[in-house]
Amino acid sequence: MTTATAESAATLAPQAYKSEYKPIWCPGCGDYSVLSAFTKAFAALGLKPEELVVVSGIGCSSRIPAYLTSYGFHGVHGRALAAATGLKLARPDLTVVVAGGDGDGYSIGGNHFLHACRRNVDLTYVVMDNHVYGMTKGQPSPTTEPDWVSKLSPAGTGVRVFHPLVIALAAGANFIARAFSGDPNGLAAILAEAIRAPGFSFVEVLSPCVTYRPEQREWKREVRPAPVGSTDDPARAARRILTDDGFNIGVLYRGNRRPYQPPIGKSTAGVADLEKGFER
Amino acid sequence: MTDLRATAATPRASVSLALCGSGGAGVMTAGNMLLDAAAKAGWYGLMVRSSGPQIRGGEAAALLRFGTDAIDCLDDRFDALVVIDWQNIHRFADEIPLDGASLIVADPDQGEPPEAYLACGARHAKLPMKQLAKAFPGSWPNMVALGLAAGLIGVPAETVRQVVTRSLKKAGDALAASLAAIEAGIEAAREIGAGLELAAPPARTASRWLVSGNEAAGFGAIRGGVRFVAAYPITPATELLEWLAPALPKVGGVLVQAEDELASINMAIGASYGGVPSLTATAGPGLSLMTEALGLSVAAEVPIVVVDVMRGGPSTGIPAKSEQSDLSIALWGLHGDAPRIVVAPNSVADCLATTQWAVHLAERLQAPAIVLSDQFLGQARAVADRPADVAFIGERLKATASGDGYQRYAITESGVSPMAIPGTPGLAYTADGLEHNELGIPSSGAADHRAQLAKRERKLVAHDYGTQWADIEGEGELAVLTFGSCTGPVREALARAKADGVDVRLVSMRLLAPARPKLLAAALDGVGRVLVVEQNHGGQFFRYLRAEFDLPGEVASYRHPGPLPIRPDEIHKRVLEWSRP
Repeated sequence: MTTATAESAATLAPQAYKSEYKPIWCPGCGDYSVLSAFTKAFAALGLKPEELVVVSGIGCSSRIPAYLTSYGFHGVHGRALAAATGLKLARPDLTVVVAGGDGDGYSIGGNHFLHACRRNVDLTYVVMDNHVYGMTKGQPSPTTEPDWVSKLSPAGTGVRVFHPLVIALAAGANFIARAFSGDPNGLAAILAEAIRAPGFSFVEVLSPCVTYRPEQREWKREVRPAPVGSTDDPARAARRILTDDGFNIGVLYRGNRRPYQPPIGKSTAGVADLEKGFER
Repeated sequence: MTDLRATAATPRASVSLALCGSGGAGVMTAGNMLLDAAAKAGWYGLMVRSSGPQIRGGEAAALLRFGTDAIDCLDDRFDALVVIDWQNIHRFADEIPLDGASLIVADPDQGEPPEAYLACGARHAKLPMKQLAKAFPGSWPNMVALGLAAGLIGVPAETVRQVVTRSLKKAGDALAASLAAIEAGIEAAREIGAGLELAAPPARTASRWLVSGNEAAGFGAIRGGVRFVAAYPITPATELLEWLAPALPKVGGVLVQAEDELASINMAIGASYGGVPSLTATAGPGLSLMTEALGLSVAAEVPIVVVDVMRGGPSTGIPAKSEQSDLSIALWGLHGDAPRIVVAPNSVADCLATTQWAVHLAERLQAPAIVLSDQFLGQARAVADRPADVAFIGERLKATASGDGYQRYAITESGVSPMAIPGTPGLAYTADGLEHNELGIPSSGAADHRAQLAKRERKLVAHDYGTQWADIEGEGELAVLTFGSCTGPVREALARAKADGVDVRLVSMRLLAPARPKLLAAALDGVGRVLVVEQNHGGQFFRYLRAEFDLPGEVASYRHPGPLPIRPDEIHKRVLEWSRP
């Protein structure tokens, strides 16, 4: 961390970013720790709550904006990245963080995920992945194993899982990390790095659903730090991501593409000049 | 408005002419140059593009009308049809009505006119345009056709030369060849001697514009304060977005191309939440995709403007032809009780003021505003007097005071609550599409739901929409009630009826939602019979009016779907027939 942010970090404690509203989440939900990690990361970066916007779609994890003291936008299912893109392009002075779940981001919002990666607007996208739709009470998501049985998939889905990290890499995300909600300090450090990184940063957070996927309590025994540091070589990153078992934690890829941000607010002519083309 | 119908053998107040050929023959280029030259010479004009379904190389027609008075619609018939080649031109037979007084000029080397055209008894003159163009290497038959058309309607040769010299961006031999081809066309017109010359152009009382409705709407958006646009291409709205793409950066704005319409509307909502007035433009299929997010704009009270350039529907429908059949989805197409603003421009030039007004209304009322334009208004290019400036600017009621307990969705008398813009200290809140209390915290309680529903309705119905809500013209116990692009042909029909001694009132509604029954009742005061005119199959406007308004006396519906326009003559006839006791 740079000296400048270390100094400003003194201004607000993590607790100052937590609102008074009690989350609707189940006891033991991984998202509580993600909320806590968010506040730690924001405090570490010294972000002013009024200059920070947390944007989300629909789902358990998408409730997070109201639990923070920053500005928030709780939109429609799957469209958080689109709303955040418009906001950041119109207001580049703001820090924009997008949060949501695997159903919201990889299923109904899948197309926006691809295009947000390739557009590379300076956003940080945090997906709390628990491999299940929780708010609708336990249906398979794109990251659910094909043999997982539920009321909606009595024989399992039989459909292979979506691999968000390698897809993000192929689509052009500039920063890619995997984190675990069970390690809030480690997660906070990764989130702070992701927010600081220019361009589109993607953080896949393993965040257990103890209600519909109680077996995910075992994740804490399976996760481990990634054996090597991040790379800026997409081919190397792809090989690592495709060949690990899904439990390597850390920053996996850090690119150097320039963020997409057309200039705004810098007018070069008056409105009246535009009508000259119509005159006859 | 004067009666624009032609009177034989004297200089004409209005002339209609169609230029046809296969795609690539350059009829649109020639049509645009002719329109430009007529504008420069002082006439009013209108050009509607019609083309086959092919992306390139299909048949194309430039439908042109020129006159000594402002022109808001095509005429009932065409005085002249100029044909460079006949490939599939028979497909335009319905769109280009000819009669015994019409003139067809065609290239005899490109085949004989199809029966569909000859049956009407139109005079047929032959002009070997391809061969003539060959005599001037570097020129093309469309330049001969341009000279011919200009000669037929009496646009001065020098004006045509100036326009061509400026727009061709050629010099030397290539330009000289084109000018020679044009001269040959003018000479041919003289020989044909059709008697189609326009009366002398009127004196200019205002500066003139040559503008399409899509361009005018884009300019209106910028004038209203829009500085963020999210775009997804769709016929026939694309030109609106393409006009804005280079224009916005000049005024400090930004346009981004989205991956789909779900993204474009949500991007615009996100930008508007950030305090920047925002817009997207689309057509029916895109509007269908946007309805969920329009509901978010209603519930979260984030202003947004959507210009819907209507085309034939349902589904993919008829993409490049006009129809007023998105009215119902614009009025009703959101789930839940979702008050929204719907406005409709009623001429090419009015696309400017009405879009500007929509930005003003959306921002003032913190709600979505849908602008119902259509393919005719959007893609037609009109020579019109420069529209009068209107003062509508998007001004949002913003929260500024810092303090505890900021209520983003406070229940106020007007229904409008001060909105905090991110960056403002002490007022952070979460905008939410979930039902919420005054603080913005999700609530499924009955009292909160009722209070928020009532506030969102109240802010729209309590607003004073001024005189902008409708154009009301004429007196009489009969009234025609219409909206959008039907207004032009209705206005012309009623001018003809007046000449026949039948006075009919015109009410063209610019504000379609929220329904304001008292305003309409006042406009129809003293009226005993109402004819509702619209361009769709199901009578969407008629049904809406019957549901939401108290209409006096007898109410009848006149309607047909696209792609054929509503023409003045059919309304004129219907009005005369219906005016008899």
